[in-house]
Amino acid sequence: MSDSHDNCPIDSAEVIRKYFLEHRAKIIDIAAFLDRVDRADGDGASDYRIQAMREAIRIAGDLQPERARRILELLSDPSVEPIEQAPMKGAMGAHDPESDEGG
Amino acid sequence: MAYIDPHIHMVSRTTDDYRRMALAGCVAITEPAFWAGYDRSSPQGFFDYFRLLTEYEPQRAAQFGIRHHTWLCINPKEAEDPVFAREVIELIPEFLEKPNVLGIGEIGLNKNSRNELEILEAHIDLAAKSGQMILVHTPHLEDKLKGTKLIMDAIESDGRVDPGRVLIDHVEEHTVRPVLDRGFWAGMTLYPDTKCTPQRAADIIEMHGTERLWINSAGDWGPSDPLAVPKCQQELRRRGHSQETIDTISFNNPSRFLGQSDRFSAEPLVPTA
Ligand SMILES: [Zn+2]
Repeated sequence: MSDSHDNCPIDSAEVIRKYFLEHRAKIIDIAAFLDRVDRADGDGASDYRIQAMREAIRIAGDLQPERARRILELLSDPSVEPIEQAPMKGAMGAHDPESDEGG
Repeated sequence: MAYIDPHIHMVSRTTDDYRRMALAGCVAITEPAFWAGYDRSSPQGFFDYFRLLTEYEPQRAAQFGIRHHTWLCINPKEAEDPVFAREVIELIPEFLEKPNVLGIGEIGLNKNSRNELEILEAHIDLAAKSGQMILVHTPHLEDKLKGTKLIMDAIESDGRVDPGRVLIDHVEEHTVRPVLDRGFWAGMTLYPDTKCTPQRAADIIEMHGTERLWINSAGDWGPSDPLAVPKCQQELRRRGHSQETIDTISFNNPSRFLGQSDRFSAEPLVPTA
């Protein structure tokens, strides 16, 4: 962990009181989204984004610090060299291991 | 309390947005040149855009007492054709004379391609030669971590631009530490779906402190919120942070970084309308 300069001035009970309902809603949204992928035709479960989301959920549930940073790293392209040509302008939100072009 | 939104694309926003920002306390903004949502068909399209940023938009902002500043470049999304991009870069020097131009931006990478990197290096060269500050756009989503590193490497290997005169924008939890550790300034962009929410920006402030860090809305033509900075101020208040912390992140830090250019001002401006 980096140096903490100005930690959260409220205690954990207050953090939970203020934020629990908002995040309770978000986790149910995620569960409902995964249910929706399963109910829909096709092989959504094997999509790299869904696989990455399952791994991200595992990180969110572990007891180690900096879960947000670790999930963002999990979702990042791990390569280091520039790619030959931009294939599109947008981004997908998770790294597709199949797309690796050795870059 | 007055605030500065140091990254917002007002060409994509309405005059009503200016009004609401002024009501919420906005006194100054900086508007980097960016991708307009479509590729411009000729360098002339950029010439007109640079005129808009340096002539028309400052007047629209002044109607509400907001000081408007800008950064010029060809953005990385239109840099995949290096011949075209270099023609646009040639237009920039004459606009650097305009009184509201703070530097080169928002330059950087989008998909981390070789052509984008070549044009990034050309912009760094222009900034170095003309003594300009730099505002950096980092890539989206899965491309951000790699692109942020490539951009910092490019600036450092050029070696002529002091990292203290470069702000690297759109940092998140995985990029904020490397950016600050390498001596650059870092910006957090408050977006509804991607980048940072006001809550996560407040978390990052709690974990990493306020040194060389600012917040912005990057409001544009996509899902974004021109009032994101005051909403983040409200989030910090909600957690009991001091007014000093709030002022540091939303006024004093941007003033310090941007004040390295004597063209920047956040002094009160009487609305012209
Ligand atoms: Zn932008």
